[in-house]
Amino acid sequence: MLDLSKYQSIGGALKDAVEVFANETCLIEADRERENLRLTYREFRDRTIPVAKALQDAEFAAGDRAAIIMTNQSKWLIGAYAIFYSGGVLVPLDYKLTADEQWQLLKHSSARVLITEYPIWRQLSVAKGRAAATELQMVIVTEAPIDTDLLGGVRWEIPSTQTGEPEFRPRTRSDAATIVYSSGTGGRPKGCVMTHENYLEQCVALTSLYPFVPGMRYLSILPTNHAIDFMVGFFGPFICGAAVVHLRTLRPEYVREAFVKYKITYVSLVPLVLKNLQKGLQARFDALAPGKRKVFHVLVVVNKTLTKHRPHLGLSRRLLKQVHEAFGGELRAIIVGGAFTEPETLQFFYDLGIPVANGYGLTEAGTAITVNDLKPFRADTVGKPLPGMEVRVIHPDANGIGEVAVRSKTVMSGYLNEPELTAETIVDGWLMTGDLGRVDLTGHLQLFGRKKNMIVTEEGKNIYPEDVESVFESLPVTEFCVFAANYIWPQRSMVGEQLILAIHLEPGQSLTASLRREITSRNNRLLNYKRVHGIVLVNEDFPRTASMKIKRNVLAERLAKLDRTSAVLEL
Amino acid sequence: MRTVEQTTQEVLDLAAKHFQVAQGSLAPDDDFFKKLGINSLQALELLSRLENHFGIELPDYEVQGVSDFRTLASRIQSRL
Repeated sequence: MLDLSKYQSIGGALKDAVEVFANETCLIEADRERENLRLTYREFRDRTIPVAKALQDAEFAAGDRAAIIMTNQSKWLIGAYAIFYSGGVLVPLDYKLTADEQWQLLKHSSARVLITEYPIWRQLSVAKGRAAATELQMVIVTEAPIDTDLLGGVRWEIPSTQTGEPEFRPRTRSDAATIVYSSGTGGRPKGCVMTHENYLEQCVALTSLYPFVPGMRYLSILPTNHAIDFMVGFFGPFICGAAVVHLRTLRPEYVREAFVKYKITYVSLVPLVLKNLQKGLQARFDALAPGKRKVFHVLVVVNKTLTKHRPHLGLSRRLLKQVHEAFGGELRAIIVGGAFTEPETLQFFYDLGIPVANGYGLTEAGTAITVNDLKPFRADTVGKPLPGMEVRVIHPDANGIGEVAVRSKTVMSGYLNEPELTAETIVDGWLMTGDLGRVDLTGHLQLFGRKKNMIVTEEGKNIYPEDVESVFESLPVTEFCVFAANYIWPQRSMVGEQLILAIHLEPGQSLTASLRREITSRNNRLLNYKRVHGIVLVNEDFPRTASMKIKRNVLAERLAKLDRTSAVLEL
Repeated sequence: MRTVEQTTQEVLDLAAKHFQVAQGSLAPDDDFFKKLGINSLQALELLSRLENHFGIELPDYEVQGVSDFRTLASRIQSRL
């Protein structure tokens, strides 16, 4: 691993990594049973040069912003390297957003360049939001069919007509490295400005617990725009000379095959996928003949005893050979993130000798704040603070539960163009997370719900009510407001979170079948994970500020007096 | 060659069978996430089943953002 204390920027560290590890395998890209691509670090570097050259020929300057909207693939990392090499600020955007949402964030981030895939550009190029993103000057399109009009885009394959080498542009630790959107797309996008130092420090902290070395292989499934995959599926393995495996088809059967075919060392998953894996394994165990099932059960009990204080991978692999072989036989840990994972699921895998590196983090604080150090494994917690992270609980109640605050070199410099919001979120150097937690006597953090009005789905999507409200605009009612149900009726839980729509009807109006249909129809325009699950009827005017904004906290306090079960009408 | 209507009907029938709901209870414009109460992983399972049935490959990007049977059937039709 490179000594990151010597580096000022992501670009500087990556530039050295591709030289130091020149002959190691860097990237493998597969599509179903076909392997599309295999690159060494030297070959990877060679592929970045034309892209960096094209950026610089287009007068892309140090500090300029360039967005990537792509699925997980080799060109995502090649493009990102070229941006950092050229001194740019990377804006990684979610390819699952709608075209208009993507244009909104492109505009908000003032991106000058966009690198995207043809199927995404096909939708983006004709979306009406394009007109607003006036600062975007260059769109590089990958995988475009020959002879297709790219509607203003240039082909990835021939982005530059100039000759010569691109220049490396150094940056300092305090310069912006990325702008990462922690929430979306409503009236107030939250663009977290992350510095080079944030990433350099986070990488040192994470690799101290979960190290990479040449020969290890990371399977990249979580979207690379997500902080976790960016760190453990790009920057982390690169500065250690490990390999990243991309799959162009994420069907469960091909993912399963990839574990075995590529002997995967680490993978990151969202809780939903981890639970699905658990379900599949459990079904296989249940289908064993009674005798075999009994033997298997005994082996699991032996494994549990032997790994009570810490994992023993070698032992577990021998004891539960078939289970480990199904994962390729070299899996060291499953990294789970993006949302809260139920303890039973974590324990299930740990008992099989497959440690799950669960932790807690938010975009604003870099990749992770706490991670389970497995010494011993504590499924009921999200682990201990990583080296360099200070965690404290603000205004704890009698049970020691209060708002979790974090201070570390990995905390963002602020929200883009939002000084007031930044000042509310980072107070005296402490990032106020809005999550409720408690630190136990052994230093492990336990989470108990949220103080903030938002939800996180099992697929790791952060949903802010304000971001989904626009779809209900001009609904024929007096007024409406979307809430996270748990914000109104607090629960000591971070799973099964839902949004509800509070509606104040017109005088004499009732919730007719036609109004319900109208609400459902609008709701269905939202991506499935953003939809509201129920309606709450309110019989009085919403409290508002002098500038007529809804006082959400006051309205929530009023709604809290209602009984949740009877007040929420399911959609 | 199937018509798009035939393809749509086959998609509906297969989805009903795969998720064990009554044949005929699904309509082309239904949102399959909502109507079947499925998540993104279960939707991927359905895609694999549809690929086998129609003998095609449906790249993930072709079905990105698709949530109703009619659009899904039209993406399949274009690859038949």
